[in-house]
Amino acid sequence: MFRYTKWTFLREISVWLYALIALSPLYILVNVALKGPEEVHGVPGYEPVKNPSLESFNLVIFGEKGPALFGGLLTSTIITTVAVTGLIFFGSVTSYILARRMNRLSKTAYYLVLTAIVVPAQLGLVPVYIGAKALGLLGTPWGMGIIYIGMLMPLSIMLYTGFIRTLPHEYEEAAYIDGSSRFRTFTRIVFPLLSPVTGTVAIMTGIIVWNDFFTPLIFMAGSDSPTLGLVIYNFVGGIVTEWNQVFAILIIAMLPMTVLYLIFQKKFIQGFSGGIKS
Amino acid sequence: MSQTMQASPGRKSGARSAVPKKLVKHGYWWWSLPALAAILAIHYIATGVGFMYSFTDYEGIGEFNWVGFDNYAKILDDTEVTSSIGNTFFVAIFSFVLTNVIGLLLALALNRGLKSRYILRTLLFLPVILSTIAVSYIFRFIFYIEGPINSFLVAIGLQDLQRTWLADDKWSIWVILIVVVWQNIGFAMVIYLAGLATVPQELEEAAAIDGAGVWRRFTSVTVPMIQPAIAVSTTLSIIQGMKIFDQVIAMTGGGPFGATETLSTQIYHKTFEYMQYGYGSSISMVFTVVILIMALIQSWLTRDRSGVNK
Repeated sequence: MFRYTKWTFLREISVWLYALIALSPLYILVNVALKGPEEVHGVPGYEPVKNPSLESFNLVIFGEKGPALFGGLLTSTIITTVAVTGLIFFGSVTSYILARRMNRLSKTAYYLVLTAIVVPAQLGLVPVYIGAKALGLLGTPWGMGIIYIGMLMPLSIMLYTGFIRTLPHEYEEAAYIDGSSRFRTFTRIVFPLLSPVTGTVAIMTGIIVWNDFFTPLIFMAGSDSPTLGLVIYNFVGGIVTEWNQVFAILIIAMLPMTVLYLIFQKKFIQGFSGGIKS
Repeated sequence: MSQTMQASPGRKSGARSAVPKKLVKHGYWWWSLPALAAILAIHYIATGVGFMYSFTDYEGIGEFNWVGFDNYAKILDDTEVTSSIGNTFFVAIFSFVLTNVIGLLLALALNRGLKSRYILRTLLFLPVILSTIAVSYIFRFIFYIEGPINSFLVAIGLQDLQRTWLADDKWSIWVILIVVVWQNIGFAMVIYLAGLATVPQELEEAAAIDGAGVWRRFTSVTVPMIQPAIAVSTTLSIIQGMKIFDQVIAMTGGGPFGATETLSTQIYHKTFEYMQYGYGSSISMVFTVVILIMALIQSWLTRDRSGVNK
């Protein structure tokens, strides 16, 4: 049996020390954001704030930059919602077909999907850009959401298919005997059974989309409704020495995901490590 | 990631089901069409068209001419691109090694007996879910001329070590590396923790009773057992390392004098800032080939030599 020895204690202390150092950037983030203009310059960033104030938050939220910041929050929320909903809806339905109908066509389609994960997106970026422009998808949150659905669909299908293959057939057979239609069987029987992997898909793709900067930089250049990442990028160029304001913006931008993470941390971590349960 | 698929067990029932399988219809085949069409368009047709562009002088508007391999020849003479390939490899290889070594060490430290393992796991995973662009700006301040690192060096009497980190052509790439590693360690740690959870404690105890030391137990019991975790973590970290973009754009913009340009930032500058679609596509093609080669080397290096998981 395992015993808690002084070596275990030492191990515990060492990991805590590591964690303190590793997370010190986040301490500096909060510390500097709480500083007034007189404390930002000439004082080391790690020195605890003497007169904590929410002045920088006040300036950022109610100042001229406020509307853009909250516009960015709204845009990113719309894009992420559209993308995650689409990835769950189309991903689950498609995987159901690919996993359950075992014919040569569905197998070929599945390998096509898997290969798409390995091919980097960069090479197809210009054609996708031109195509999206022709379809009027450029620069709008809805368009961005649709682009993400296509880009991340292979990941969604891979996760769903792996899960569906482990599901027993009996439920669907029982539904069939009871006279349930194919549509009803999927929506009422199969989809609820998929909820664990739906959680994984939602968390993984949600984080990827919410935090992505590269794709919006290209597809939303000059848009009236930039994403949160673009808003941050545009801000910081302008006020790069006002670090307390920059950090206030960063905190507001990082808060939604951090709060979700702290509430559902177990689900988040399971979502990421769910792949290796062999 | 593909390893996760192989791990999934096959159909468990069906053989002994009461209803002949042919009778049960699983949806309609056309339900899969929208997603498959999107994948075909974005991942295959677009990539093919991009490959075609790499042999043209296309600039986004108007006509284009076929230029054969001119774009590829141009890459060889373009020192901005060739040096960015070196930087990409530097960050990818170092971040690959550091992320996995530190991640595995943390996972091993957390795996057994720690009272606060769950809170530590939650804290150490936190950087993974944060926006890279936001994280990069935090580190831009930390390594700023008047930033905490330089202040700290003065405070402990090492002012000679002060640098203008991000404007220094030697050190800036190291700062980028630190940010990449800082954000990815938590991910590797969680993957390795999931792998370690599959190692039965009895197996380690049995090895210990047979006289195997700590190192021997690690190499002969733990490593073969966590092979799937090693495969997933190393694959993802090498691809993450190759693709770094946000960190560079937010902290240095590729400077000073191209010292932190990577293939991703070069593709962005050439394609979308200078509108050289044809030339940019040829760099993307090189990037694609480089990533595939790295993925192959990585899967060969971390291949399962033990046969335990076969």
